[in-house]
Amino acid sequence: MDFINAIILLLNYIFIPALTYGSQLALGAIFVTLIYGILRFANFATGDMMSFGTMATILFTWYFQSLGVSLGVLPTALLAIPFGIIFMIMYMLLIDKFVFKYYRYQKSPPVQFAMVSIGVMFVTQAVVRIIIGPADRRFFDGEKFIIKAREFKEMTGLNEGLALKSTQVITIFVTIVLVSLLFWFLNRTKTGKSMKAYSDNEDLALLSGIDPKKIVLVTWIIAGILATIGGALYGLDKSFKPFTYFNNMLPIFAAAIVGGIGNPFGAFLGGYVIAFSEILLTYAYKKFFMYVLPASMEPNSLIQLLSTDYKFAVSFSILVIVLIYRPSGIFKGKVL
Amino acid sequence: MRKNLNVIAAYSIMMVLILMVGIFQSWNIALSIFNLCLISAVMTMGANIQWGYAGLINFGIMGYTALGGLAAVLISVDPVQEAWRAGGFDILMSLWLIVVMVLVIRFVLKRFEKSKIRTYSIAAIIISGILLIRFSAEPGIEAIEAVDPAKTGFLGGFGLPIIFSWIVGALFAGGLAFIVGKVALGLRADYLAIATLLISEIVIAIIKHEDWLTRGVKNVIGLKRPAPYEVDLQTTDWFIKLVEKFNSGKLSVIENLADRQAALNQLVIEGSSVFVKLCYSGLFLVVVIILLILTQKALYSPWGRMMRAIRDNEEAANAMGKNVVKQHLLIFILGSAIVGIAGAMLVTQDGLFTPGSYRPMRYTFLIWVMVIVGGSGNNFGAILGGFVVWFLWIEAAPISLFLINFFTAGIPETNALKTHLIESVPYFRFLLMGLGLLFIMRYRPKGILPEKIEIK
Repeated sequence: MDFINAIILLLNYIFIPALTYGSQLALGAIFVTLIYGILRFANFATGDMMSFGTMATILFTWYFQSLGVSLGVLPTALLAIPFGIIFMIMYMLLIDKFVFKYYRYQKSPPVQFAMVSIGVMFVTQAVVRIIIGPADRRFFDGEKFIIKAREFKEMTGLNEGLALKSTQVITIFVTIVLVSLLFWFLNRTKTGKSMKAYSDNEDLALLSGIDPKKIVLVTWIIAGILATIGGALYGLDKSFKPFTYFNNMLPIFAAAIVGGIGNPFGAFLGGYVIAFSEILLTYAYKKFFMYVLPASMEPNSLIQLLSTDYKFAVSFSILVIVLIYRPSGIFKGKVL
Repeated sequence: MRKNLNVIAAYSIMMVLILMVGIFQSWNIALSIFNLCLISAVMTMGANIQWGYAGLINFGIMGYTALGGLAAVLISVDPVQEAWRAGGFDILMSLWLIVVMVLVIRFVLKRFEKSKIRTYSIAAIIISGILLIRFSAEPGIEAIEAVDPAKTGFLGGFGLPIIFSWIVGALFAGGLAFIVGKVALGLRADYLAIATLLISEIVIAIIKHEDWLTRGVKNVIGLKRPAPYEVDLQTTDWFIKLVEKFNSGKLSVIENLADRQAALNQLVIEGSSVFVKLCYSGLFLVVVIILLILTQKALYSPWGRMMRAIRDNEEAANAMGKNVVKQHLLIFILGSAIVGIAGAMLVTQDGLFTPGSYRPMRYTFLIWVMVIVGGSGNNFGAILGGFVVWFLWIEAAPISLFLINFFTAGIPETNALKTHLIESVPYFRFLLMGLGLLFIMRYRPKGILPEKIEIK
């Protein structure tokens, strides 16, 4: 019995939260990695672009709520996401046309692109804050829990409860669907394959008649979808605050690089690597050992490797270690 | 003279702008803008050395600034005797353990050939060392943080004049830059940017959460000042006389003696804070001028030529026998040390250390905007960038408020759009900065005052 309790404890406090957080990071990381692989720059506006997409989703959610449209137990935001995506893609294409295109034609070095993306970051941040304000916003509605901790305890008679939030299930489900679709697109369709070819060797791809304009357009469309869904899922699960989204850029970068930048599958796994290591290293295992070990060996400290204050620092340290020892990432991305 | 005309013109316009703030808003605001412009100028000089001279991209400016600020705290605060008695021994033990750990790692690195076993054993040493330090330091840290947590709860500093911290801040930042440089400088430019950004976040996390050293988010307030206090000035005879002399024309108009005294008191209160700010301006100006002379000398020295050669063509410079790795490390340390000075100056001026206020937007990306806008590679350009961008950063809100009111003049006050716009006035500064950066990058990629090198 104690053993099952211990497992439920880990499931509830480590596995499910890490899986959810990892999915959100993974979507962002694929976004970063696509931009890096195809447009060839580190996009410092990642977090703010995600917050722009989320903002558009929230505005549509409010609009639908005011119309009285709802999805019943599901959050209304799911209905609003497609509209948010359209806005996001339009914004990205606008920025690409007025900002990035010029530097692409100039064949500027990646550093210059990175600087320009900082300018875009400032502008996007301003736009988001002017439109929706810097405050913390929750836009979740519908049924909050699928399984409540107390119900679970009563149902099974265990000491530990297992809470399953609907946002967690939605996040994981949507991520699985979206990522499978994306990989199907990249590996099976002609456009996807030409994107890969373009990312591998630009000159050769151009020589074989691939249209660079189309590649760039498709990349921004996919990026818009990923950014909006990733951002909206994070906002549904936690809350929407522009500053948090800006900060999330850092673990997202970490996930993309750890997985091997330019490699979408690596980025996907990288998200989970970062999420699990953040949560595993900062969780206090006292209760777990109380269940597993006999009473005589009960620990008296918290058995916490690092305090939760250092959650972000964990992912950054992993990134720094990876950068030093294996700069192409765990799953071999572009060779630096 | 003629070839420097654009520099002179740009600086005169800047000075006129600040004077205008003094005349139309108040001298207090003008001076506080001026002081922060000077501090920003020091930061941009540091960033400019790295980016403009050597082409190294450092997005970790925030971390070095915070370390400089930490130096100001550690130098100027009086030591907390009780805390030292409670946990000083444990902390010193842990410090000693860290030194031992580093020595052991060095020994392993020197003694054994590069192999997988060596890598794993170093990892094992580091992990076990960290665990050991955690366990040995924990009782000490808890004891220290329990000492009067509302007021102290940390070890305190050395109780020296705060001005020393400007040098110590440079040393701290340089030390960190040495470690970071050793680790990360081999990376390609955009990876270096990300790595330094993340490392600076780690530094901030440590400063925020190691309460025994920094008081963390509880902040350290009431640091000693190198300048006199306003309250003391207001009761000093010579200062009151000085204010009276300055304003004799204005005061002589007032007939009534009591009214005149009241007016004088008001003037003294205003004057005292202006005077204190002027003291800071003087100190900061000295630092800026010294740094400017040194960096200009360096730029035109053989060393500066070598740095430019490395920046423009690393391989060729390497082929000429220049040690690129070593020079990169050196310049990374120098630039970061200058940023560290600025961090200490900032805390000195504010008189308080708030780890929670270190955010990458303000302390990393804004500084980069300054360098790019001003003109990378040109010290005068970098300083001007610091002035222009900081000025706009502060004055963006009033300017945009004015513009909003101007364009929406026909719309009634209660209009939802208008009130919403007026409420979000503080965020227009981001817009202004972003657009400014994008326009400069596009149409004047070398900045307002571009780099130009004359061979003498």
